[in-house]
Amino acid sequence: MRPALWLRRSRAVSTLRRGVWDDNPVYRQILGICSTLAVTNLLVNTVVMGLGLIFATAMSCWTVSLLRNVTPKRVRMMAQVLIIASYVILVDLALKAYLPEISEALGPYVGLIITNCIIMGRCEAFAAKNPPGLAFLDGLGCAVGYTLVLLAIAFFRELLGFGTLFGYPVLPEGVTLWTIMAMPPGAFFMLGLAIWFFRTIQKPREA
Amino acid sequence: MTNQGAFTIFIAAIFINNILLSNFLGMCPFIAVSREVRTAAGLGAAVAFVMTLTSGLNYLVYAYLLEPLGLEYLRYIAFIVVIAATVQLVEMVIERTSPVLYYALGIFLPLITVNCAILGVSLFMVIRQYSFVQSLAYGAGSGVGWALAILAMAGLRKKMKRSRVPAALEGPGITVILAGIMALAFIGFSGMVPM
Repeated sequence: MRPALWLRRSRAVSTLRRGVWDDNPVYRQILGICSTLAVTNLLVNTVVMGLGLIFATAMSCWTVSLLRNVTPKRVRMMAQVLIIASYVILVDLALKAYLPEISEALGPYVGLIITNCIIMGRCEAFAAKNPPGLAFLDGLGCAVGYTLVLLAIAFFRELLGFGTLFGYPVLPEGVTLWTIMAMPPGAFFMLGLAIWFFRTIQKPREA
Repeated sequence: MTNQGAFTIFIAAIFINNILLSNFLGMCPFIAVSREVRTAAGLGAAVAFVMTLTSGLNYLVYAYLLEPLGLEYLRYIAFIVVIAATVQLVEMVIERTSPVLYYALGIFLPLITVNCAILGVSLFMVIRQYSFVQSLAYGAGSGVGWALAILAMAGLRKKMKRSRVPAALEGPGITVILAGIMALAFIGFSGMVPM
């Protein structure tokens, strides 16, 4: 009994770890950059978007896994999209009700979580073959890993572009702001640098 | 915003508000399929075609089905279903009528269903309250803009093959940075059309 439990727990830990670090969706798999990169100009937006994404991913993976034995193979994709869309609608309605200003700022990008390749990818590659508990952790790990990288990008973009963190000014007066960081090219540059940075520090362990 | 002429919207969607370079939509296929100019051209054409079609269809669905029934919150599901069905339909029609075109575009069509740019165009269209003609112009412009960006990137990456890139930056890393430089260049277009 005890070893079995220990084994299960360790599998849970390794599933989480893989999503956050080893197979991080952003810099290892280059998945799902689309919908969320656009909101990395301010930390607040990124945090809200990240939380929404984590909720949608983890719950979708869990639901897909629960239904994995009763979903016909042929309509599998469509069923997954509908499950994901339902959770995204929940996130969207919750944001509209409790955080209307941020919901306005995020615009269509909340809805675009549906076509975020991460969720589909995890549902298809992991949740469709594994029990619900593990699938939940897998979705959670990937979404958290994804959000952490985006937070790092947003941190530098807001700091250099606006001189603020979470809306509070932190840079002293007279510092020249990098306006380009607040504009779209800044997001591309930061993402490229983030991929470079993380792939470099991961390298030795792989070899 | 809502009184703009269709042509203005079309041009603005290509150059000023490029769906890829300023809204970050459709990044995944942009990075994955921009290795060869030929395939990039095929995918670009397919996306431009489907985008024009779905923006028109989704406008009709939204304006005549969802809005009168007060079901606006179901638009994500409705749009996704319309897009998936359209892609399937287009695939079948092309297969029957033009085998040549089917072989050129065939493998890319299923990929388009999960291209976020397509859904993004439909969502932007609702938020900006475009009319039917404006939606069509916006869809076509975004599609052409996306195709233009992926073609340019494929050309750049072909040249890049001879350059020495740091190992960890190879592939996606350098592509994203190139996209950044391209976005910088596109900023030069702003001001071309009064917004």
